[in-house]
Amino acid sequence: MEQPALLEMRHISKEFPGVKALDDVSLTVRPGTVHALMGENGAGKSTLMKCLFGIYHKDGGEIVLDGKTVDFRSSKEALENGVAMVHQELNQALTRSVQDNLWLGRYPTVGGLMVSEKIMSQRTKEVFRELEVTVDPKTIMSTMPVSQRQMVEIAKAVSYDSKIIVFDEPTSSLTETEVEHLFRIINMLRDRGCGIIYISHKMEEILRISDEVTIMRDGQWVATRPAAELTMDEIIRLMVGRELTSRFPPKSNQQGDVILEVQHMSGRYTRLKEASFQLRKGEILGIAGLDGSGRTEVLENLFGVMTREGGTIKLHGREIANRTPQEAIKNGFALLTEERRATGIFGIRNIRENTVIANLKNYLISMRVGGLKSFCLSDKKMKADTDWSIKAMHIKTPSQNTQIRSLSGGNQQKVIIGRWLLTKPEILLLDEPTRGIDVGAKYEIYQLIIDLANEGKGIIMVSSEMPELLGVCDRILVMSGGQLAGEVNAAETSQEEILTLAAKYV
Amino acid sequence: MSKESKELAAQTWDAKRVLSLVINNALIIIMTIAAIVIAVVNNNFVSASSIVNIISQTAAYLPAALGIAGCIVLTGTDLSAGRAVGLTACISASLLQTVGASSKMWPNIGTLPIPVVILVAMGIGAVIGAFNGFFVGKFKLHPFIVTLGTQLILYTILLLYVNMGNNGGMAISNLDESYNSFVKGSILPKIGGQTIPNYVIFAILLTAIIWFIWNKTTFGKNMFALGSNEEAARVSGVNVLATTILVFSLAGAMYGFTGFIEGSRIGSNTANTGLNYELDAIAACVIGGVSFVGGIGKISGIIIGVLMLRLIFIGLTMAGINQNLQYLIKGGIILFACALDMRKYLVKK
Repeated sequence: MEQPALLEMRHISKEFPGVKALDDVSLTVRPGTVHALMGENGAGKSTLMKCLFGIYHKDGGEIVLDGKTVDFRSSKEALENGVAMVHQELNQALTRSVQDNLWLGRYPTVGGLMVSEKIMSQRTKEVFRELEVTVDPKTIMSTMPVSQRQMVEIAKAVSYDSKIIVFDEPTSSLTETEVEHLFRIINMLRDRGCGIIYISHKMEEILRISDEVTIMRDGQWVATRPAAELTMDEIIRLMVGRELTSRFPPKSNQQGDVILEVQHMSGRYTRLKEASFQLRKGEILGIAGLDGSGRTEVLENLFGVMTREGGTIKLHGREIANRTPQEAIKNGFALLTEERRATGIFGIRNIRENTVIANLKNYLISMRVGGLKSFCLSDKKMKADTDWSIKAMHIKTPSQNTQIRSLSGGNQQKVIIGRWLLTKPEILLLDEPTRGIDVGAKYEIYQLIIDLANEGKGIIMVSSEMPELLGVCDRILVMSGGQLAGEVNAAETSQEEILTLAAKYV
Repeated sequence: MSKESKELAAQTWDAKRVLSLVINNALIIIMTIAAIVIAVVNNNFVSASSIVNIISQTAAYLPAALGIAGCIVLTGTDLSAGRAVGLTACISASLLQTVGASSKMWPNIGTLPIPVVILVAMGIGAVIGAFNGFFVGKFKLHPFIVTLGTQLILYTILLLYVNMGNNGGMAISNLDESYNSFVKGSILPKIGGQTIPNYVIFAILLTAIIWFIWNKTTFGKNMFALGSNEEAARVSGVNVLATTILVFSLAGAMYGFTGFIEGSRIGSNTANTGLNYELDAIAACVIGGVSFVGGIGKISGIIIGVLMLRLIFIGLTMAGINQNLQYLIKGGIILFACALDMRKYLVKK
């Protein structure tokens, strides 16, 4: 019953200056199967796919597609030879329409020069009908929600009629129903005899959709097994290379008095309609909800990034305004933002600068000239505090002068947590603290969060990963359609209860 | 579109909507008011001669703006436009001087056919553009830097050129009658006793061609996609380098044509011909909504932008406003237009 392979990548290696990104990796994909590719961030999954797709040029090894040895020099060549890819980062021309994006690089023309809008819109409709996508082909991309844009991206990859389709973390911005929709599409492609390569961190998804699983670690091939023989624990063990006794550290935090009280908070320009809650000293309060339910908005309205329409915030019984982030920081708040790369790190600046940036006035040399504080920063103090942060957060970095973008996601996140701890906050707002972080590093972040609660800080944590909320939090608020839909005790609730609440006002 | 307008009609006319309508069209409203005020102050402003003057000047500046707009759509710019216009103007003029004139730069060349000179001018412009585009696309340099360098190089070439042949650094004038009548003559009927020069027709033709290229061809769509998201274009199989070179090259060809027109329109060409043309062209694009954010721009906007700038200059002069103040008003309008434009991309939080 063994079918000949559709795609064989043999002994692929790829070196970047100073790093061996791929070391003798092999991957075999059979027609009509879904092959999952797993590994921690930095394991080399995306690099391997980029070598296949012609974005990177492999240093060694061989790629055999349908019995022929190929070596694509550009994405165009890959697409023409039946290899398509749904990219991890949404690469779209946002100012253009859906159909302009769908046919970019291969516009149907009349006489080779003039683009035929008629044929284009006709074909778009055909593709969308087949995939049951309900999007107006003339809509401008920037006006659509991210999940719909992702569906367009998926439709685009499918529309190439490719033999091999690579999905690189396709579900990160999709809602549950859209994930089901995607799986229907993948099943359809599988029935057609396509070979699917599916990259994801979500193990439930992998075990459900895939036929075979290949696991990579540190740029090397670790194992390829039929999905039916694998369990979640087994996958984690193979990915991490050591036994993770549990996914979450033991909880030890004690709760004290109420420190924060929020009543009827709503956003002026954002979709937050109503939220009222309390936070105790030493408590970890989770916020759950679907994408777009107003989870992030709760934190950002509280921190003064977004403009509030109404409601009151009381800190220790005293009403505060928190109109701007400066005010919020003064009041002892800290916000770890959702998009680390876009709004968290200063990528090309070094660890030290990234560490002290929220707290610069504390490093002014206390020398008074004519009654004014000096405006010189003390390098010594900044270095000392950065050293403390590197040690306390267990940041793995060659030095303080390393560009933060060269660290792994987990280490970047730790630098930012260290940055906020230096402002001596009382309340930490964490938005997706483990997004895009390896399994191993996630554990360390959880431990850090629990330690902070132990020190008496109040923590509010937004996450789209339910097991994480259940494993780390004390109480969980569930948002739905911009409103608070309910509150559950993390120790007694279940994923089902939270999901029911999350769908309350949808 | 029809669905959209129906939705609009369904909305009530509340104060908020009126305000946003006013803000979104603020520039046109202000221009209209200004035009009315100027017309009241000086009745000649609405005379046939003044209107024809505004149209002619708009036509003269339009092609360069259309070219530069492509560079702006790619999130770039082009500072070499002015010098490219200057060089091609001097070359066009030197190739079309009256045979027998004592100062003729190249006495051995007879009267060249006009189309050949147009092709030479546009060809030189296109090569300059391709040079810019190559550095931008191949070495990923910002167009600001590349064209800052190019315009200096072009200036030297221009200075050397006007010293060649019999010219000796003089202004290149004594142009052939065929050249002047081709550019400044008129095949159109007179309007109110005013002749509409031929270069208005050329501008209209070029505008139509550029509109077609932008909206109807693969190249045009690739250009907008590239300006909107370069990586998306690349992974979709668009040849980024070729598209970039072509955009700059097309812009260069437009400067070349502008140079050909200016050679005759100005009549006396020196190394300073074309100076600062790029700034007017960029200003016109910005006023017309070609955004530096990239991937956004319309031909109609560029026409409005060029027209408005000319309206300001001619109108203010006619209203008797001190020449020195004109730059202040122009600067103010650019800032105002850009601030209005950015409003569309700001997301309130």
